[in-house]
Order: sequence, then structure tokens, then C-alpha cells
Amino acid sequence: MTQRIKFFLINNGPLLTTITIFILVYFAGGRLYPAMQKPQVFFNLFINTAALLIVSIGMTFVILTKGIDLSVAGMIALTSAASAALLVNGVNPIVVMILMLLMGIVFGLAMGSIIHYLKVEPFIVTLMGLFFARGMAFIITLSSLTIKDPVYRYLALTKVHIPFFEKAYVYIPSLVGPILLLVAIYLANFTRFGRTVYAIGNNEQSAMLMGLPVARTKIIVYAFGGFCSALAGIVFSISLLSGYGGYAPGMELDAIASVVIGGTMLTGGVGNVIGTLFGVLINGTIVSILQFNGTLSSWWTRIGVGALTLIFIGIQSLFYMKKKN
Amino acid sequence: MTDSQNILSMNRIKKSFPGVAALENVDFSLRKGEVHALIGENGAGKSTLIKVLTGVEHPDSGSIELDGKPVQVRSPQHSQELGISTVYQEINLCTNISVAENIMMGFEPHNFFGIDWKKMNALASEAMKRLDVDIDVTQSLGNFSVAIQQMVAIVRSLEVASPKILILDEPTSSLDVNETAHLFGVIRKLKSEGIGIIFITHFLDQVYEITDRITVLRNGKLVGTYNTTSLPRIELIGKMLGRSLTELDEVSKAKQKNEQKKDTESLVEAKGLGLTGSIEAIDFELHVGEVVGLAGLLGSGRTEIANLIFGIDTPDKGSLKIKGKKINHFSPLESLENGIALCPEDRKAEGIVGDLTIRENIILALQARYGWFKFIATQKQYEIAENYIKLLGIATPSADQLVKNLSGGNQQKVILARWLATDPQVFILDEPTRGIDVGAKAEIQKLVLQLAQEGKSIIFISSELEEVLRTSHRIVVLRDRKKAAEYSGDVDDHTIIQTMAGIL
Repeated sequence: MTQRIKFFLINNGPLLTTITIFILVYFAGGRLYPAMQKPQVFFNLFINTAALLIVSIGMTFVILTKGIDLSVAGMIALTSAASAALLVNGVNPIVVMILMLLMGIVFGLAMGSIIHYLKVEPFIVTLMGLFFARGMAFIITLSSLTIKDPVYRYLALTKVHIPFFEKAYVYIPSLVGPILLLVAIYLANFTRFGRTVYAIGNNEQSAMLMGLPVARTKIIVYAFGGFCSALAGIVFSISLLSGYGGYAPGMELDAIASVVIGGTMLTGGVGNVIGTLFGVLINGTIVSILQFNGTLSSWWTRIGVGALTLIFIGIQSLFYMKKKN
Repeated sequence: MTDSQNILSMNRIKKSFPGVAALENVDFSLRKGEVHALIGENGAGKSTLIKVLTGVEHPDSGSIELDGKPVQVRSPQHSQELGISTVYQEINLCTNISVAENIMMGFEPHNFFGIDWKKMNALASEAMKRLDVDIDVTQSLGNFSVAIQQMVAIVRSLEVASPKILILDEPTSSLDVNETAHLFGVIRKLKSEGIGIIFITHFLDQVYEITDRITVLRNGKLVGTYNTTSLPRIELIGKMLGRSLTELDEVSKAKQKNEQKKDTESLVEAKGLGLTGSIEAIDFELHVGEVVGLAGLLGSGRTEIANLIFGIDTPDKGSLKIKGKKINHFSPLESLENGIALCPEDRKAEGIVGDLTIRENIILALQARYGWFKFIATQKQYEIAENYIKLLGIATPSADQLVKNLSGGNQQKVILARWLATDPQVFILDEPTRGIDVGAKAEIQKLVLQLAQEGKSIIFISSELEEVLRTSHRIVVLRDRKKAAEYSGDVDDHTIIQTMAGIL
């Protein structure tokens, strides 16, 4: 029994550490700024990190295959600019959303195919993707376009009250991330696709020799990443009710940091999406502590997240070494 | 014995690669429930034959019959469908996912919700138990030893398709005695179920222990197929090498010449040297011109001693003197300066840089010793490299050949050359002949004794007892991370095996 507990701790060490750190950071914030103890502050995390959570989920799968996707923030900006432009021209909002998601999927499919068939490093391909997407966004519009579409406004401004918490609420777009998370957990743990992702991340050659569909899975992973980015872009443009090529600067790096803090190893094959949720929440918590402080520069968030990422990679390699022994 | 018992017959298989005839009219047959050894030196054509059988390569001419019906094996997948499964030396599984997944992935059971983990774990556990391996299949594969991983690979190949033919490509090269015994138990079981097994190995002991027949290949030609019981070992080696055992005799002679060089000054002197959790306190001496063999089972502490003496690990007990000087600060760099060189066990991971040329590999340690700013002129580099290529008989068209294109034996020689170039006094060779063929082994052994004759001292570590006996002047036997005994002069393998096993 103790053996099992030990195995459990070693196997889930990084995840448990992430959760513990989240709780510690949150409680520290609560002690420093009593106003943070209100439940609404916790739910604000989901409102503020809605887009980040979505792209981080997609990023988790990409990183699990030992890949990387730098194009996500560019895709968010492109989606916001393109949807704003289409909406300004009176296109049906549902059609816009479907078009955006299709664009994300196609974009991901293209990057995935180049990565797999032409054997180009994911770093390079997705960096080009980032340039392309941001560039296209600025070609669509050089300035911020305001969205006045009633459906978008309805989605942006309708509060969803949380059961059991009086007065606590989130907005409709904040629910997309948590729902996607459930889908992602299912995909990762209960489908051949998900398990193949893990196998590829560990050893692509072996996965191929085991007869697993390596090519298809890898390409789908990037397509899923593109889908998530477009979805995040829609959520982003709904919450800001505008579109602009300069939106979400550097969010790809926040997403990567959240995934790593969530216990997923950049070397592939190890990690899970639940960890990513907590990685994102830690990111959000640091932001809100700084907001409550009010005097510190918001750039402390980056420094805080950077330090945590570094600590996390250290902890991971410790666990990894432990596991090896 | 009629041909109708053959589940597989390969007739007059011919395969050429540009410039080389890899297989010339080779016949091979396999009976139901037989373990058939495929033997030959590196480059003899074993792997090409297996590649033809598994559909990786297509033969230029010749035919393959399965159960008397002619077939053409189109691809590895196709061979699996035909009932031919292969377990490779390097385990092609994923260490991060569970044992159960490794066995069942690709045909895992599903329920209405998705993957049915409960059922999958139960099926996998049952499949492992059939081979008498009782482990928690929900743990990730990486938590288990190589031996268990090998079993998992076998179980997978049995589960994927119920094969009629199982090919085991060097399955025992990284297993210790107990693990090998377990694997053999599994092989016997499969054999009794009527599966024909093709067993490829470099270990002749194992050939005699487990196989029914032996097919020997040499230079792409069939030497013959023999019943194991009617082919004495010495004849088998002769057939593999295609020459009498002069090479091996020369080794013995070289050793005898060295015998007189004993009571010379001691170069390495360890007193009560040990490291908690690694190796217990040990006394050890190495004299000028002496070869000391370290014998023991895998995990008995052989490599650990090497690591202590070379300064990779820092001991927490005892003292170490090199050339009479007490060592206080343990580091590989210090050791290099003291004239010690180590050829590590895993040459691919720790020694050889496959993408560099022979010349670059040889020059590496020498350049490091000079410091990176005193560049060795290219002309000089070629001189050094070509000198060692000649001296060690490295088979290569030029010094500019990439090392990864060399055979295992030649790679090993390149590593030796690298350290020879730095002119060390003491050589620690950890498993220098692992995974290389008999001929190359003999050459390396000869080289070791030649070095000793020139006044170098060598610590020779090998899991092949015969080889330790043949090359060493003194043998230290290790057991359970302790020195069990030390023998010098004439000692027979029987005594050493008993010491290793703890009977003596």
C-alpha cells in the first residue's frame, strides 16, 4: 500500500506541486489583500484567463508530442481582426465563428503537415505561422475595429451566475475553457488519439513501429492547436468587442509557461491538461495580486511567471531523476 | 524429419546492395516448435536475411514459403499479418505509458465511453502472467528493468497477431544471468506452443543452452545448418570465422609472454576504497604491464569500481593512490592528467560521436588535453588518425569516414584509438567487446595484451568470462557489490563461476 502511495506521489509529483503552489499563492494573496478572499475574485480568474486557458489546452497536446506552437497569439489576433472586419460588413455572427474555427483548423493542418512531411522543426514552422498570422491581421486592419454585432454584445455582457455562490458570476465566454478542458481530458485519457500523443512524445520511432498512426496524430495535434487558437480568438474578440492585429502580444509564451508550470515536460510524453488548468490559474492569480496591490508594475507578472517556470523545470527534473532511480 | 514440418522455408535468397552481395543463394528453414539460432559475424548477412523475411527489404531472387505456400512479404505490417513477429534488440516501446498500453495499444478494448482501461489492464496482466511475469501493468514501462521491457515487447508481439514465427534479435544482450534464464523459460514455453523461434545472438553459451538447430552465415553465404547437439563449439566458431582459431591462439600466446611481468611497481593502489550504496570497501592493485580482469554478474559492482578509479564518483571510504600519489580530488579531468583513460560501457551513449569522422573522433581527447586554444594542425590530425587506423586495423576506406557508418567492432577500435592518442598509462575498458562479433573480439583482446606488453596497465571489465580469463593476468571477482575473491595465474572458469554465484 505504501508502495502504491509512493508510486502515486512520484508519478503525480509535478501536478501535486502545481496545485499546492496555486493554493499557496492564492492564500498568500488573500492574506495580503483581504478583498481577494471574495469568491468573485476566484471566478474572475476564469474571466481574465479565458483565452489563455483555451490556447494552453491546445498547447499541452502539442508539447506532449515534443512539439511547440508559437503561432497561437498571432492566430488570436488574426481571428479577432478577421471576425471584426466580417462583422462590420454584416456577415452573420454564427457564420463568422464557423469560418474562424475552420481557418484555425486549416492553418493548423498546414503547419502540422509541413512539420511532419517536410521534417521541418516545429519551432521554425510555427514561428513563420506567427509572422504570417499577425501580418495578415494588420493587412486586414491597421487600427482597432469595434464590434457592434448584437450577438457578440449579448455573449460579452451576459452574466452567468454560479450556483451556491451568491452574487458570483462569470461571462459566457469564460465557460468555453472549462468545457474544452473536459473534452481535452477525455481526449487525452480515453481515446487512441490521446494515448498516441503520449507515445509519440516519448519515442516517435517506437510509436511508428508499434503501428500507431503517427503522421495522422501529429497533424491532428497541430490542427487541434489551430482550432484552440481560433476559439481563443473568438473568445478574445467577444470579451474586448473589437479586433486588432496587435492583440495578445506574447501570449504564446504565457501559454508555454502555463503548460510547463502545469507539469508538462518540454521533452514530450509527460504531463496532463489538468496541470495546465492550474498553470493558467497561477498565472491569473499573480496578475490579480498585482492588480490588488495597484502600485507595482504589471511587468512583475512576467517576472513572477518566469521565476515560477524556472523553478518548475527544476522540480520536474528532480522528479524525473527520482523516477529513474 | 521431412520438409512438410517446415513452417518456413526460404530458398536461394539473393540480395545485393550497390557494390555488395549481402546474401548469395541462402537457404533457411524453420520447423514448428523449434528454436533456430542464426549465427554469423557482423556483416555475415543475418540482419539482411531477417529484413527480407520481415519485408523491410525485398529479395532480388529466391522464394519464401510459409506452411508450404509461396508468399511475397511486402512490408513489415504484411509480415505481421502473415504471422511473423520480431522483437528487436533495442526495445521499440514507449517508456512513459503503462505496460498495459504498451501491450495493447492499437487494438485496445473500447466501451461506449472510450478506452476500457479496466478490461485493457486485465487483458494485459493476464497476457504477462502467461509468461510468468506478475507485475503491476498500470505502472509506466520505464519503471521496469530492461528484462521486463523485453518481455513486454514479446508479449506485445504475441498479442498483436498470434504469430507462428517469432524472431528474437539479440534479446539477451543487456540482460543478466537471472533475467536471461527467465527469458529462456518464456522461449521454451512458446516453443511448446508450437511457435517457431529464430534466435539471433552473439552469446554462444546461449546458443547451446536453448537452440535446436544452428544456421551459420558468413559473408552473405550459407555455411550450413546443423543440429546443435552435433556441432561442437570449437567447430562452430571455426565455421563462423572461416578460419581455424589462430587468432585466439595468438591471444593466449601473447598473454603467456606477458606472464613474467608481474611484480613491478604498482600504478593504481586502492585501500578500502568504497562508496556507500555503490560499492563496498575494496582493496585493489594494478601493476605496470598488467591486465586485471573484473568479473561478476551485471550489477555486481564492476562499472562502479571503474567509476571510482576514474573519478566519476567520489568515494566516501578508503584511499586511492595513483603512481604512489594520493588522490584527494576526484574528477575525470584529474584522472586524465594522471594518465588514466576510461572506455565506457555504452559506447553509443558515452563514447562515440557518430556524426563526426574517424579522424575527429580520434583527435577528440587529445585536443581536449591540449586545451581548445592549441589547435592541432589538420595535417598532424590526419597523421595521428591514419597511424591508428593502421595500428588497430580499423576497416575503413579513409579517415574521413563517419563513425556511425562503421561496424561495432571498428567503432570500439576508434574509441581505443582516441585514448591511445593521449598516451595513457592506465586503461579502463568497460565491456569493450559488447555487441561485436567473434573475430573483432579476438582482435580487441589481442590488442589489449599487446598494450600490456608495451607497458600499459589495463583494467578489463567484461560479462563474458571466457574473455576475462583469456586476457587477464589477475582476476578480481565481484559479488553483490563486494570483492568476493582474487585469482592470479591459472584458474578455470568453473571456479570463477562458483565464486560469482557465491558457492565458493
